[in-house]
Amino acid sequence: MNQEKKRKVEGFIALLLSTLAAFCGLFWLIFILGDVLIHGIGAMNLSLFMHDPAPAGVQGGGLRNAFLGHLMITSFATIIGVPVGVLGGTFLAEYARGRNISRIISILADIMVSVPSIIIGTFIYAIMVKPIGHFSGWAGALALAIIMIPVVLRTTEDMLSLVPWTLREAAFALGAPYYKVIVQVVYRGAATGIFTGILLSIARVAGETAPLLFTAFNNSFFSINMNGPMPSLTVSVFQYAMGPYDDWHAQAWAASLVITVFILFITIVGRLLLKWRYKQ
Amino acid sequence: MTDAIELEIRGLNFYYSGNTHALKNINLPIYKQSVTALIGPSGCGKTTLLRCFNRMHDLYPKHRYEGEILFQGTNLLVNAIDLISLRSRIGMVFQKPTPFPMSIFENIAYGLKLKGIKKKSELADRVERALKHAALWDEVKDKLNASAYDLSGGQQQRLVIARALAVEPEVLLFDEPTSALDPISTSKIEDLVMHLKKEITIIIVTHNMQQAARISDWTGFLMLGEMIEFGKTEKIFTAPSEKLTEDYVTGRFG
Repeated sequence: MNQEKKRKVEGFIALLLSTLAAFCGLFWLIFILGDVLIHGIGAMNLSLFMHDPAPAGVQGGGLRNAFLGHLMITSFATIIGVPVGVLGGTFLAEYARGRNISRIISILADIMVSVPSIIIGTFIYAIMVKPIGHFSGWAGALALAIIMIPVVLRTTEDMLSLVPWTLREAAFALGAPYYKVIVQVVYRGAATGIFTGILLSIARVAGETAPLLFTAFNNSFFSINMNGPMPSLTVSVFQYAMGPYDDWHAQAWAASLVITVFILFITIVGRLLLKWRYKQ
Repeated sequence: MTDAIELEIRGLNFYYSGNTHALKNINLPIYKQSVTALIGPSGCGKTTLLRCFNRMHDLYPKHRYEGEILFQGTNLLVNAIDLISLRSRIGMVFQKPTPFPMSIFENIAYGLKLKGIKKKSELADRVERALKHAALWDEVKDKLNASAYDLSGGQQQRLVIARALAVEPEVLLFDEPTSALDPISTSKIEDLVMHLKKEITIIIVTHNMQQAARISDWTGFLMLGEMIEFGKTEKIFTAPSEKLTEDYVTGRFG
């Protein structure tokens, strides 16, 4: 009897602790999202998207240059990172399937996924920004691409491995060379999964600040020159939030909201696609 | 059925990586426009033998062939042979249906496009012919653009057969094509095989002895990598010369 009571009490304590822990996590998440939403919506206005920053201390102005810069850096990062990631994943899952080199690269990619992004930033600073002599949009795009590559590579590898081997044999049996089997049959079977991986990797880098601080830096002026310093939303948030003006703070909130909504949107689309894929 | 020989296997030995001796000195003729069944207990090497004919083993490292398989007089086990053209002349149908993740039409057109046929009208023509050939046309003619995955298992298997037929092979290899299908789909595939042998040579691996007896003209019985007996199907099933064959076909083991 006593033993049974003890077990019930233990069970209740375990339930209580894990529920508290879950709510503790959720509380901060909702707090952050809610705070960003409330402050962000209050600061949202058209001039944010239409105008470039006003000189320090002057009221008004916007973050048009940062929106554009952010879009350009992220797009070029995607253009550089996705092909490398997809082709690398193809090598691991197809040409080097079952070999040691495949396993080693997989493990290294897993390690790279968890390398702090500021290290990638300083790395690009050392090999690109310093030798060239100035910050540039390209350096920022490259830093983000390097963060994307292992994510895309591992998802591609996993998704290709899920395509049944018999499907490849069937294509070989029709006289198809390996590259056609991969491009025409295997990619089509894994398309949704690979696309999801790409979306999630974009979401991963779209919110990065640290790798951009040392590479693209910032720019208060409108610029589409990838060879020069480029503004981005995240670095602008960093700078404005630290600044002394209320106007800056409001714009930082608004920019935070835009990034958050963008990333949330991409992540949700990615998750839905993944769910849809497994239902099939 | 003719007496002309399509494929002649002479002193064939096959080793998987790690030197597993999977086929031991196989000698056997495959007659043109006939159905040859390969039977035997699990692991006897019948699928291994089947996969020698289109050199499927070449996909995996460290395999080794010895001996010859003469295909219309040419040894297809030599290194110089063009595997791509060999595989379009000797097609294969697998145990589980293997439709590609594309539409019904694209599935059939796949092999044709590999052969370099690009003209839309010719593709449409040959897709229709292949589907009719595989007795699937009436069931799919209104949904050629639907995904091949929407078809039932039996339909998928006939689709795969149509895909193999579209490139007009001379030999078709079947690796237990009905073991994943229900009895009705199975009988449709069997009818199809009987019908197809008028034009092409068929080699079928099967676990189902009734099936071998129903559809084949010739039967080879393998055990532990050796060809125990080869002969006319009636003879193998009614008056085999070997004790082992008799024990197997009467269900005493296997």
